[in-house]
Amino acid sequence: MATAARKTAPKPSSAKSRSPAKPSSTAGGTPAVRTPKPEEFKQEQELSAYRDMLLIRRFEEKAGQLYGMGLIGGFCHLYIGQEAVVVGMQMALKEGDQVITGYRDHGHMLATGMDPRGVMAELTGRRGGYSKGKGGSMHMFSKEKNFYGGHGIVGAQVPLGTGLALANRYRGNDSVSLTYFGDGAANQGQVYESFNMASLWKLPVVYVIENNRYAMGTSVSRSSAETDFSHRGLSFKIPGIQVDGMDVRAVKAAGDLAVDWCRSGKGPIILEMQTYRYRGHSMSDPAKYRSKDEVQKMRSEHDPIEQVKKRLLDKKWASEDDLKAEDKRVREIVADAADFAQADPEPDVSELYTDILL
Amino acid sequence: MPTEILMPALSPTMEEGNLAKWLKKEGDAVAPGDVIAEIETDKATMEVEAIDEGKIGRILIGEGTEGVKVNTPIALLLADGESEEDLSKAPVSAPPAAAQAPAEEPAAQKVEETPKPAAVPKAEAPALPADPDIPEGTEMVPTTVREALRDAMAEEMRRDEDVFVMGEEVAEYQGAYKVTQGLLQEFGDKRVVDTPITEHGFAGVGIGAAFAGLKPIVEFMTFNFAMQAMDQLVNSAAKTLYMAGGQMGAPIVFRGPNGAAARVAAQHSQDYAAWYGHIPGLKVVMPYTAADAKGLLKAAIRDPNPVIFLENEILYGQTFDVPQLDDFVLPIGKARIHKAGKDATIVSFGIGMTYAVKAEEELRGMGLDVEIIDLRTIRPMDLDTVIESVKKTNRLVTVEEGFPQSSVGDHIAAQVMQRAFDYLDAPVITVAGKDVPMPYAANLEKLALPSVAEVVEAVKAVTYRG
Ligand SMILES: Cc1ncc(C[n+]2csc(CCOP(=O)(O)OP(=O)(O)O)c2C)c(N)n1
Ligand SMILES: [Mg+2]
Repeated sequence: MATAARKTAPKPSSAKSRSPAKPSSTAGGTPAVRTPKPEEFKQEQELSAYRDMLLIRRFEEKAGQLYGMGLIGGFCHLYIGQEAVVVGMQMALKEGDQVITGYRDHGHMLATGMDPRGVMAELTGRRGGYSKGKGGSMHMFSKEKNFYGGHGIVGAQVPLGTGLALANRYRGNDSVSLTYFGDGAANQGQVYESFNMASLWKLPVVYVIENNRYAMGTSVSRSSAETDFSHRGLSFKIPGIQVDGMDVRAVKAAGDLAVDWCRSGKGPIILEMQTYRYRGHSMSDPAKYRSKDEVQKMRSEHDPIEQVKKRLLDKKWASEDDLKAEDKRVREIVADAADFAQADPEPDVSELYTDILL
Repeated sequence: MPTEILMPALSPTMEEGNLAKWLKKEGDAVAPGDVIAEIETDKATMEVEAIDEGKIGRILIGEGTEGVKVNTPIALLLADGESEEDLSKAPVSAPPAAAQAPAEEPAAQKVEETPKPAAVPKAEAPALPADPDIPEGTEMVPTTVREALRDAMAEEMRRDEDVFVMGEEVAEYQGAYKVTQGLLQEFGDKRVVDTPITEHGFAGVGIGAAFAGLKPIVEFMTFNFAMQAMDQLVNSAAKTLYMAGGQMGAPIVFRGPNGAAARVAAQHSQDYAAWYGHIPGLKVVMPYTAADAKGLLKAAIRDPNPVIFLENEILYGQTFDVPQLDDFVLPIGKARIHKAGKDATIVSFGIGMTYAVKAEEELRGMGLDVEIIDLRTIRPMDLDTVIESVKKTNRLVTVEEGFPQSSVGDHIAAQVMQRAFDYLDAPVITVAGKDVPMPYAANLEKLALPSVAEVVEAVKAVTYRG
């Protein structure tokens, strides 16, 4: 039962409404691509999306709690509200594909299958963390899971992700680089330098713009002359589509399309994920720049997890009790990660001088 | 057993806050995500959200309480099935045991607390030895560095229509670190301009506007992000006057927090004093006190040259006396003798001064009379004042948070060696940050930064004490 509300992107309550999904313009010979109609998930897909999104939600809530207790320091940017984006995209990937993003990275790491213990222990700055405690919330990497970070400088990951795609092309493999960045990052100059090279050299990179409507306290309409991010590649002949990033099925469908596009040698493609962050930009953001109603409306009408939950219950693919049990399992994983992250010792002081050069 | 709701930390540097308002009362049911209270810090008012489901059993910290330490229990939450009687079972937890948190120290506590030796004579003249141009009897007003910077900008904007501010979040958000608070309200959105996140672009735009005669104040959210704009700062701002044979230059100020904050890791924790200090065509200011911040920022805005103005997030909230004068402007390029002494000289600047000041207190307890020079300006550097001091004390230690190689201290040491070699009774010691990217882990971060103990050791070494 795909209602109209699910097909169109979520609408902001105050700002002017967004254009619904539509074929990208063919201006200047950019290939036309349409937002694919999401396919219904099978039971197993719904359940796994539910589990994966819930893990991110609960993990982030716990991280917020540990931050409040002073166990996590510095900057901590939570992903709550945006879970469908990374979970849906991950469903479209295969072994060998790479992922890179900015500092709002906990969700991406969990989605790539990184161990919650290692992620949480990095947040608390302990030796069992993915970067041995030296990187923190914004800087984590996993060679094993092809996760290339974890970058603190807005926009810097975009050329880096383009370089991962260059390596794929160079080696002649069919791997794809998923390069995530925000609506705010989309205004950085190096993004457009990357677009040009990626298109010129037909690099297999999917640019996933996570448009959560705000860059810190600045709404998209206050920072961007062109607020349709799917059009940002037009002058480089890179096609783009807008996707309802709160619907994991829509994300998966767009991800399949984009990854196929890259694998078949057509070059880069842009996915504008229309999503929303429920929490402040970081822990110290009072979020006075948007109304409570706006946040509440997204939570109650578009929550990515609730959408899946409702379908599972409606189709009788799971009972309330099944989902409660699922929730309990997820909470246990998170509690275990948090326990580990508190019990694990800080790095040995000798680590101060390691890993600077090889 | 009821769950304790603790006073949360909302920023890397928050240690305590005020409990401004309770939005739930005892007996109210709460669900995860419900806003239960509002708390205030010096930067912002924030909402506290419930994490667990339950009923507010008891409010432990009343509305309006100020200075509530992070991690103090503020209320007790009853879970499903628990009743009022269970409240008595609540663990009466000791407040925020820093001892429990293996992080050891609140994040902001970067500078080591050294126990004060018993009989330390009080230094004459509290924080600020009067600058020569402050008239006797001028009222001194306790002011935070944050307010002093804001006041300097506001005063200069009132005085000169060509002065305007631009940067990320400077207007509607009132500044990421609240330094531009109130400016939008007073001066409007023509003169207080929010930019997209495009440092290289807006730095260049500012320089272009300065070529055309405006006097932009460009705020970098932090100087870490100014690396994206480095080409414009060095190639356009610094060199144009020279390349144009003096016809045209850039009267512009680039300002914002510089250096390590607390636990923000390698990409957000760099001190750029030495970087900009390297570039002819720039002036580089790095104040410590609020009075210097104000007087030097006003001077920077009036200066016809590009000025890099390096602030520090940890200093923003610190209070110093600022003279109440209609137009308090200090000279760029002049060091300030923070405390006179005869046995050894410590030269520092910006946050480095916090180590110097604490070390001096400790050394005084050991009977050493140390002179502290606050450089205030990195370029042009007031080496004359440093050399005069060395001629008197014959011993020199420099202190900064930046990387050790090609540091500001290295430059001072080289100059002193060339110009006052015969006056030195010991090799100059340069105390700096360690030669490593800033680690995130609390214990490693502490080691990566200089410490009061290192400064004390260095002074003992140059004076051949123990
Ligand atoms: C070059 C640079 N400038 C500024 C910052 C400070 N900063 C960190 S996140 C952020 C907002 C980015 O917003 P967006 O790209 O929309 O991502 P979101 O936080 O919404 O996920 C800013 C300004 C930075 N880290 N790097
Ligand atoms: Mg955003």
